[in-house]
Amino acid sequence: MRKSLLALAAGLFLAGNVSATSAADKLKVGFIYVGPIGDLGWTYQHDLGRQALVKELGDKIETTYLENVPEGPDAERSIEQLVRAGNKLIFTTSFGYMDSTLKVAKKYPNVHFEHATGYKRNPNMSTYSAKWYQGRYIQGLIAAKMSKSGVLGYIGSFPIPEVVSGINATMLAAQTINPNIKVKIIWANTWFDPGKEADAAKALIDQGADVIMQHTDSPAAMQIASERGKLAFGQDSEMIKFGPKTQLTSILDTWGPYYIERVKAELAGTWKSEDTWGGLDSHMFAMAPYTNMPDDAKKMAEDAQAAITAGKLHPFKCPIVGQDGKPVECKGGDRLDDGQILGMNFYVKGIDDKLPGK
Amino acid sequence: MELVEAIILAVLAASTPLLIAATGELVAERSGVLNLGVEGMMIVGAACGFAGAWLTGSIFIGALFGIIAGTLMSLIFALMALGLAVNQVATGLALTIFGIGLSGLIGAGFVGERITPAVHLYIPVLADIPLIGRVLFGEDGFVYFSVALIAGVWWFLYRTRAGLILRACGDNHVSAHALGYPVLRIRTFAVMFGGACAGLAGAYLPLAYTPFFIPGMTAGRGWIALALVVFSSWQPGRLVVGAYLFGAVTILQLHAQGWGVGIPSQFMSALPYLATVIVLVLLSRARTGGSTAPAALGTVFVPDR
Repeated sequence: MRKSLLALAAGLFLAGNVSATSAADKLKVGFIYVGPIGDLGWTYQHDLGRQALVKELGDKIETTYLENVPEGPDAERSIEQLVRAGNKLIFTTSFGYMDSTLKVAKKYPNVHFEHATGYKRNPNMSTYSAKWYQGRYIQGLIAAKMSKSGVLGYIGSFPIPEVVSGINATMLAAQTINPNIKVKIIWANTWFDPGKEADAAKALIDQGADVIMQHTDSPAAMQIASERGKLAFGQDSEMIKFGPKTQLTSILDTWGPYYIERVKAELAGTWKSEDTWGGLDSHMFAMAPYTNMPDDAKKMAEDAQAAITAGKLHPFKCPIVGQDGKPVECKGGDRLDDGQILGMNFYVKGIDDKLPGK
Repeated sequence: MELVEAIILAVLAASTPLLIAATGELVAERSGVLNLGVEGMMIVGAACGFAGAWLTGSIFIGALFGIIAGTLMSLIFALMALGLAVNQVATGLALTIFGIGLSGLIGAGFVGERITPAVHLYIPVLADIPLIGRVLFGEDGFVYFSVALIAGVWWFLYRTRAGLILRACGDNHVSAHALGYPVLRIRTFAVMFGGACAGLAGAYLPLAYTPFFIPGMTAGRGWIALALVVFSSWQPGRLVVGAYLFGAVTILQLHAQGWGVGIPSQFMSALPYLATVIVLVLLSRARTGGSTAPAALGTVFVPDR
């Protein structure tokens, strides 16, 4: 039996398909994806970005991608594989690739790396991410406006700062509409498991939530909300197909412009290690059309979007009160600074739950 | 009361694919074949099942497509591992990797499409009984079928001569062969049954559970089914306990998080595995006190004429 259990473990770590087009002296650009390109969410949007890149610069570059690459030590092997295949600029598109990317980057100083959503950099390793909390703030406003039960349901992936700041932004916004709004949070502890995401959505609705928000990748939760006649927000990409009468809006990741800009820099020889954290103003993401809501809610959402884009409204404007009732230190003057948001590891007041691991 | 009923319904939905896939694998393993390709057969079943239902508009035909796809996948395994006596562990793993790739290819054209999921039975009056009404009289066909399936397998294994012969092949293929039983043919049928069940379990996901197809949507359920077979010590009765327990703890931990009980979610997510292993290990200890693995499990058999 020992043999088969070992084999079972090995099987769990084997994955990945290679796809490439070949040509000689073109710049080779590699991508590492955490899910399948057909996941209709996170990876799908990154691949749309890659396709935009090919469309724009296809005569000067060739792209390769590895999909379904598990986070953790195995990612290192996949990234090295791209290096050895001659890729000079490599995008690793998930938080969990951070340490693997850094390790490979140190080993190959002549190759440039771009890691999505992480915080570790190197002279040849940039990071890039989007200020999705801005979108979550808009969603929070809409959710509070549309909820009849006053209970929102939130499906989280992992309790990492990006997800936690999304929950907080949602609640801070919702509280401006309904000070007594409640949120129920379920952590799926996975980014992608349609069955489990559906189960989490069912549990939230069965417990009284009538607006479902998700920070996991598949449209399963949207579909459950649709079946049960509730409302929901999509994630990463347009999910209205799975809930024509359900989707309120969705945060759409739009990586194309960034990928094009960075590859152009690489081609021009001006690439340097940077930390890019773009918001609504920089087109790193967009909001899907505001649907299934009355005009006043739509107008409120559009106004908030315009104010955030113009820099007039900041979701983490001080004072912000933590769960313990004490105000959070305001390092950014009248708001939390980027470091506090990127490292967010507390819930704001009004969330009756404990942050896992706190 | 309504909440309890909702929880039971969610548990049944979560457990059914595990139960169906594990039942098939149990029969294959009782015949002495270890097929680690369950995940691969499941995901191909999911892709083909969705394709079938989408093209014909019939859930039943979709399920049939899933069964056929799983069976065809298992025939590849049978050809390699039984016909050519290749190592079963390696073949099974290869089948899983192949299946994940193949399902992506088959399903590529169907990503983003949606279908109407399997209808739930509704017997008036009976289905309105509180708590148990919808659980007993308001489920989809897959759930009833899975219960009939495991009961049928139990009856076959322990109450029929054919089942006895199948178990004999799994415990000592040399003796079974010496007695004149066609070991490889019996094992091939057992593997095909396993494939059919895995294909159906996979098809259940896009046809009833989450009615759309996405590559990788089985998300490791095939591996859980495999583990359930081992921890249930190859006994159908314990398999039922294991599958429903796993489903129950999975759903309950989600509800517990929603209620905000304050236990770290990472621990809660591990709980289904932990609880199932502990209960099944206790069950096996209480009864036999030893391993009940089919003695010839995973070993290659080449008839010596």
